[in-house]
Amino acid sequence: MATLSLRDVRKSFNATPVLHGIDLEVADGELVVIVGASGCGKSTLLRIVAGLETPTSGQVVINNRDVTGLEPADRDIAMVFQNYALYPHMTVFGNMAYGLKIRGLPRAEIEKRVKDAAEILGIGALLERRPKQLSGGQRQRVAMGRAIVREPALFLFDEPLSNLDAKLRVQMRAEIRRLQRRLGVTSLFVTHDQVEAMTLGDRLVVMNAGRPAQVAPPMEIFSRPADTYVAGFIGSPAMNFIPATLEEGGAAARLAKGTVIRFADGPRPGPAGMPLTLGLRPEHVVPGDGPDSVPLSVELIEPLGSETVVHGRGPGGLAITARLPGAFSGAALPVRLPAGHLHVFDAGTGRRLDP
Amino acid sequence: MQKKVIFRGRLLPIALLAPQLAVTFVFFFWPAGQAIYQSLLREDAFGLSREFVGLENFQEVLSDPTWLNAALNTVVFSGCVAALALGLALFLAVQADKSLRGATVYRSLLIWPYAVAPAVAAVLWLFLFQPEVGMIGRGLRAVGIPWDYRLNGTHAMVLVVIAAVWKQLAYNFIFFLAGLQSIPASVLEAAAIDGARPARRFWTIIFPLLSPTTFFLLVVNLTYAFFETFGIIHALTNGGPAKATETLIYKVYVDGVENLNLGQSAAQSVILMIIVIALTAIQFRAVEKKVHY
Ligand SMILES: Nc1ncnc2c1ncn2[C@@H]1O[C@H](COP(=O)(O)OP(=O)(O)OP(=O)(O)O)[C@@H](O)[C@H]1O
Ligand SMILES: [Mg+2]
Repeated sequence: MATLSLRDVRKSFNATPVLHGIDLEVADGELVVIVGASGCGKSTLLRIVAGLETPTSGQVVINNRDVTGLEPADRDIAMVFQNYALYPHMTVFGNMAYGLKIRGLPRAEIEKRVKDAAEILGIGALLERRPKQLSGGQRQRVAMGRAIVREPALFLFDEPLSNLDAKLRVQMRAEIRRLQRRLGVTSLFVTHDQVEAMTLGDRLVVMNAGRPAQVAPPMEIFSRPADTYVAGFIGSPAMNFIPATLEEGGAAARLAKGTVIRFADGPRPGPAGMPLTLGLRPEHVVPGDGPDSVPLSVELIEPLGSETVVHGRGPGGLAITARLPGAFSGAALPVRLPAGHLHVFDAGTGRRLDP
Repeated sequence: MQKKVIFRGRLLPIALLAPQLAVTFVFFFWPAGQAIYQSLLREDAFGLSREFVGLENFQEVLSDPTWLNAALNTVVFSGCVAALALGLALFLAVQADKSLRGATVYRSLLIWPYAVAPAVAAVLWLFLFQPEVGMIGRGLRAVGIPWDYRLNGTHAMVLVVIAAVWKQLAYNFIFFLAGLQSIPASVLEAAAIDGARPARRFWTIIFPLLSPTTFFLLVVNLTYAFFETFGIIHALTNGGPAKATETLIYKVYVDGVENLNLGQSAAQSVILMIIVIALTAIQFRAVEKKVHY
């Protein structure tokens, strides 16, 4: 039972700012995923929560207790590292029991907890092995086991699945989710994999260069991205961005070639002629001829089996990607940009514009 | 992942190996053979006649109280040198491994002693510990310790141990530092998160993970203390006073070169050779078994 609050956490390494003020409230039992491009400060944030780094300013509060100045040992947390960081000279049992021995638990209790955790994770038969004698997936489970037996207030995961092959990753992902639900432990999960982020998180923190660009549930991030960074980061293939200007008192957008698209959900605030960025996901691009369709010359076709991704170029060199059901072949593709699926962003700030 | 290169014919491989083999033969097998040969003979003082005596030289050596004294000295000396040189080097390496300002300067300073010749090192320590003029020697006397390594056997032993340890420290330090740096930071972080404080982390994580290095260094240090400290002992104490610092290797020199008792000196050499071979075998075994993690 634990909550976590980050209050204006900042971090600089030798005058190089890495985190620019992170505020986050994690509710009891919630799994929050921190996702972002490489080098945006995800690990740094997690390590600050763990106590492995000291923030330059700001507070880390676990269960209403300010732990900012405390050692990792005093924070009642467990962490799963990307490279697992198992103790190479100890058996699997030793690895899982280490933290419990330090806490001075009675031998019988230690054995019971380790056995139980090993059972849950399906590594009961491996307890006498050394980490060197395990496969990557098994090591991953041991690392998870080491975290579980401690029954900590907070789980921290730093890209724990990125060293696994694709199939195992999907399997472990589901397992982590199930386990976290079952144990109800508040968790922070760092990843740069958007699928992992979408499927695992109760809420997502999308980080952009040391700032949280958006904090919201996965589906909200997908359907209402807060800015162009989030819009381009989440979703694959990435969202199309089309430059336009605000017209008709905010009720429509005019594309570079003169096509006018009326917003389906109401007018946006702003002066006429304000530069906009329109966002449209590839799966919402519809093939079809019409008065306001955009002609694309096809540059690349990626057949994915049940669907086909078509990369094309419209008038003025505008790159547009479309995701079409079934197969596709051809050199030209006229597409329509349905107003109902448009995301409207301020081209200057990149922020989302809502009616 | 070894690549085998296959030569055609015999001549080329032999020619390529010849220099190495020649060096090994001239500088090892020949003198070793000579030593074994000599150890089975008795020669008169003038080297005019020799007779075959079988293992008699060995019997005499092994029952000679001065040899047993030297053996005991060697055990004490080597034990102290190895323990101190390893312990101190490990301590210094742990300090140097912390990310401190000026760590590189500190590290290179610690590595320097290794480049100093044994005799020079000995002279240096002589200056420091000389009872009348040496800084430390005078200091000890000033605080009431009647320091004189020329008269007191224990003092002499302490002096040679200090000099020998100082000389070996740098070597051990380098290996320990490399060993420490090969321990992944995340493993120590995991231990910290598991609740282990620094001292506990050292004894339950760092020390066990360093054990292959420690074992390797133990063998190297014992070999060093046994065989490579001749120069230090010779320059500092000449094995005295009253043979208090005469180690086995030093006695080989005294008996063979000074007393010209070739047969016995050779027998002692052979015994030392057997010890070396045993130590090396242990080391190779360990390396093969790979105590690495
Ligand atoms: N100890 C350090 N000293 C100096 N700079 C650091 C240090 N640790 C991280 N940084 C810098 O801080 C930034 C954020 O690093 P961080 O490891 O948090 O990124 P990340 O989001 O976890 O990236 P990745 O997805 O690649 O793991 C990077 O630019 C990195 O170079
Ligand atoms: Mg990282």
